[in-house]
Amino acid sequence: MSEKVLMKGNEAIAEAAIRAGCRHYFGYPITPQTEIAAYMAKKMPKIGGTFLQAESEIAAINMVYGVSSAGLRVMTSSSSPGVSLKGEGLSYLAGADLPALIVNVQRGGPGLGGIQPSQSDYFQATRGGGHGDYHMIVLAPASVQEMAELTVKGFELADQYRLTSMILADGTMGQMMEPVALDDLTVAPMPEKPWATTGTGMKRPHNIVNSLFLQPEELEKFNFERYERYAKIEANEARFEEYRMDDAEICVAAFGIAARVSKNAIDEARKQGVKAGLIRPITLWPFPKAPFRRAAEHVKAMISVELSMGQMIEDVRLASECRVPVSLCNRAGGMIPSPDQVLEAILGAAKGGN
Amino acid sequence: MKFRRVTLLSGHYGSGKTNIAVNLALRMREQYPRVAVADLDIVNPYFRTKDSDADFAHAGIRLISSAFANSNLDLPAMPQDLYAVTDDRSLRVIVDVGGDDRGALALGRLAPALLEENDFEMLLVINRFRPLTRDAASTLEVKAEIEAACGIPFTGIVNNSNLGAETTAETVLFSAAYAEEVARLSGLPVVYTSAVTSVCEQLAGKIPNLLPLRLQKKITDKREDPT
Repeated sequence: MSEKVLMKGNEAIAEAAIRAGCRHYFGYPITPQTEIAAYMAKKMPKIGGTFLQAESEIAAINMVYGVSSAGLRVMTSSSSPGVSLKGEGLSYLAGADLPALIVNVQRGGPGLGGIQPSQSDYFQATRGGGHGDYHMIVLAPASVQEMAELTVKGFELADQYRLTSMILADGTMGQMMEPVALDDLTVAPMPEKPWATTGTGMKRPHNIVNSLFLQPEELEKFNFERYERYAKIEANEARFEEYRMDDAEICVAAFGIAARVSKNAIDEARKQGVKAGLIRPITLWPFPKAPFRRAAEHVKAMISVELSMGQMIEDVRLASECRVPVSLCNRAGGMIPSPDQVLEAILGAAKGGN
Repeated sequence: MKFRRVTLLSGHYGSGKTNIAVNLALRMREQYPRVAVADLDIVNPYFRTKDSDADFAHAGIRLISSAFANSNLDLPAMPQDLYAVTDDRSLRVIVDVGGDDRGALALGRLAPALLEENDFEMLLVINRFRPLTRDAASTLEVKAEIEAACGIPFTGIVNNSNLGAETTAETVLFSAAYAEEVARLSGLPVVYTSAVTSVCEQLAGKIPNLLPLRLQKKITDKREDPT
């Protein structure tokens, strides 16, 4: 008998985080991610961990800063408006080179928006979210199993490269229930953190975790060093899935729930004689440029399917170096494109229209 | 199928209470002229009995539900006609309670009248494949928390163990020992074992008191489901 369990995407993130060794969770409730906090509230006290409902999202992200400074695995989670509130803290984490996991289960925006799913925080996530020159690793799951796997991966990459990882899910991914094989999750041992503020034991100089550098020469040096690390991440950590791309004439680009909808549309397009395929970015930063550059050599057109007014489409155009037309197939504000809508876009692009 | 005047469905978050409530209400309506479903969920703004309002209207079942259910307004509000559950004793009612002790808290308001009338069933919906109720001990913890929150003791168990779309007859058969253990330790009978109709057909004769389910459509997956 398989040891699968039936989980909501939000619960899978929480359970995977615990299995990855995270014992410190700080959050503030907001639909559609509240199940993460609820799961942590139930489980953390039983395993000697900390669940703390902070007085605000801003307080929560600064608690993350504190625990990460001490070298421990730590996370917070929220949904779109709450993540905006965390923006300052995200920038401080980046400026202090602190690893952490941030979860954004996106809802429709802008503003307070609504509680239905969205992908309209793509720009915010992939361009950093706060002020200053920095990046986060952004992971985009498309199943409940991946919600669990990428949570573990997010902690590992954060520790390896000393930066923040973000799980960028949509409300559908957070709320849907699917079977998950939790026992398949493997967790690499946590690397040494010689920079952590764990006490000198009178044996070494003080470690200082800080993002304030008043001398511009010094601040510039840290920025250049950080971007050397980002270059390594871009070279080594871009992840993607290709679906029926070998002979594709139309390339669909989609992540998260939009990728699942697109697969159905692609299968239907092929039944109708149009060779369509999918490139699904799994990391949104670093964006997987190589498969799009390759596809640009053999496809007629690309379609970016998004639950936003068109954000990833800019990266698709950059990655394909504008060699083929790229069009947008989208819904916004909490609506999800239907397979029929995507199919129509594929058939239209095959005929040469946009 | 035997019903008390009021059937209360409670249990761990995501164990399948709403789907069972919808299916039991449709069965109840086959036997009784005046049937209502009461949605007491103050926890979850998604996946509610309100999703089935067209089916209820078609079957002539009254839906007692908050005006804010499925409105995208994330308000933990109670239905304005909630007291019909206890005041109108000519009505047969299925009550869909929110998950866990947090959800069951809302039921406390009805507890004195229900206990005084004493014509109710309080069913514990369990799923062996939910991560926080994978064994009898953790399931009984949830049971105790719910009873403490609402002040109503459980009277029976619904074994709704499933793995979503991956559920097979083996999944349900595998869960039978777990359900029996929960029954033995709690002293409560397994009133139903529920599964989708296609799975129940394969279980005939192997498991008693089967409750075949027709699943509620979900907004997010109806376009994806090939069936």
